[in-house]
Amino acid sequence: MQPTFSSSRILLPVRPWFIYLSLIVALLLNFLPTAHWPGIPDWVALVLCFWSVREFRRVGMGWAFVLGLLMDVADGAVLGQHCFAYVILAFTTASLSRRVLWFPLLQQALQVLPLLLLTQVIQALMRLAVGAEFPGWGYFVGPLIASLLWVPLTFILLLPQYQPVEQNPDRPI
Amino acid sequence: MAGFDHAPPPFFKRGPAPLALLTFYTLLSLAIFVVDLRFRGLDLLRQSVALVVDPVQRVAQTPGSLVDYARNYLQGMQSLQRDNDELRHAKLSTAPNLLRLEQLEAENDRLRKLLVVNEREKAKGQVAQILYTARDPFSRKVIVDKGQQSGIVAGQPAIDEAGVVGQVTRVFPFSAEITLISDKDQAVPVQIVRTGQRSVVFGLGNGQLELRYMPANADVQVGDVLVTSGLDSVYLQGYPVAKVVNIERDSAYSFARIFSEPIAGVENFGEVMVLDPRQPLPPAPPAAKGRGSDGSDKPGLRPKKKRAARGN
Repeated sequence: MQPTFSSSRILLPVRPWFIYLSLIVALLLNFLPTAHWPGIPDWVALVLCFWSVREFRRVGMGWAFVLGLLMDVADGAVLGQHCFAYVILAFTTASLSRRVLWFPLLQQALQVLPLLLLTQVIQALMRLAVGAEFPGWGYFVGPLIASLLWVPLTFILLLPQYQPVEQNPDRPI
Repeated sequence: MAGFDHAPPPFFKRGPAPLALLTFYTLLSLAIFVVDLRFRGLDLLRQSVALVVDPVQRVAQTPGSLVDYARNYLQGMQSLQRDNDELRHAKLSTAPNLLRLEQLEAENDRLRKLLVVNEREKAKGQVAQILYTARDPFSRKVIVDKGQQSGIVAGQPAIDEAGVVGQVTRVFPFSAEITLISDKDQAVPVQIVRTGQRSVVFGLGNGQLELRYMPANADVQVGDVLVTSGLDSVYLQGYPVAKVVNIERDSAYSFARIFSEPIAGVENFGEVMVLDPRQPLPPAPPAAKGRGSDGSDKPGLRPKKKRAARGN
């Protein structure tokens, strides 16, 4: 697989442990006390979105569901709130993955923004429907920052899959 | 559906179809959402997941608490000495009242016995440290460091040195979740100190509390202090809850809108006292026939419900 369709670099296959590691790190980032600051993105949603765009055969809706359950308990939210939003996110990103990957990185970020926004909106609607207080517009700033982070995130998470640019002339193929 | 359509032909085994998976997982999520919200039937699931998540979350909170610790450490001798002096001064200034309190309580007990009135309950509890605020932006909750292991049960009230902070709503093995009184629709039965009138104060979700169902001409003034009335079997009587800050009297509505602010440091970090559950109240007397309760309560019931629906 290539980083984007216009790129001539071929990536190494992804290692499953790296996917798990990145998801665990995302969970840890979400648990940090910075989560209360305005505009801090939902790291789990972002990394989950990344992997289900890249590797939707490995990271699917089952993973989304389990991560959502963990986030629900960690947040003290109603069980099923994150689960539902993450499952929808995993499904939509997996369905749109070919289209998203076709674009250069900056435009990928634009494609991802509505999906991440959708996860926040779904969660807000679920809670507002059962009588919670509107959390303020700051709640929807997170996805904007997250989509700005799409480019550096792609670089970091694809690092283990890059191979050297210069080709060995003695290579058989 | 582009991603799935461009997949290799279906004779390779790839598990259930994406749409089937989507339906399954969304239905499952919605089911646990409803069950958790309406029937509270998933506490065991939540507790077992929390057993895994809670230690990780505490570890993730350590950088913040280390910074706090360092700041406290570097705060210096002077401010500590100043605090110490202030505390000593405060101790001295409250001494006249405190010294007589024991004697007064003893006297009160004796008098109550003479009058054959039930004794007032004494407050007991345990101090718990607030670990962090729950991340959920839709509610106001904090997590404290004592749980089932310390004998905490759901429903216990939590206070700080100024007044009522909230109520324990969920208990995990090593931690407990306290819903603050400013959480939306969190109710505390209160009494106005000045007039002795009973009411119920509700959280609004924006840091303020609202005294609902008070008639437009009720005797409430800005600055009135609300204390717990003790009529529920949760809060002991007499803890300060809130102070009235704003009253809107609109004759178009049958009720005044009375806003108040919590007295306790509800949004502060630090320590809270989790009070032990109250002793069960004596059984209610048999319902009186056609007196008092009929005249005042029943006509009020309908507008109350309407108002509650509109207020939300």
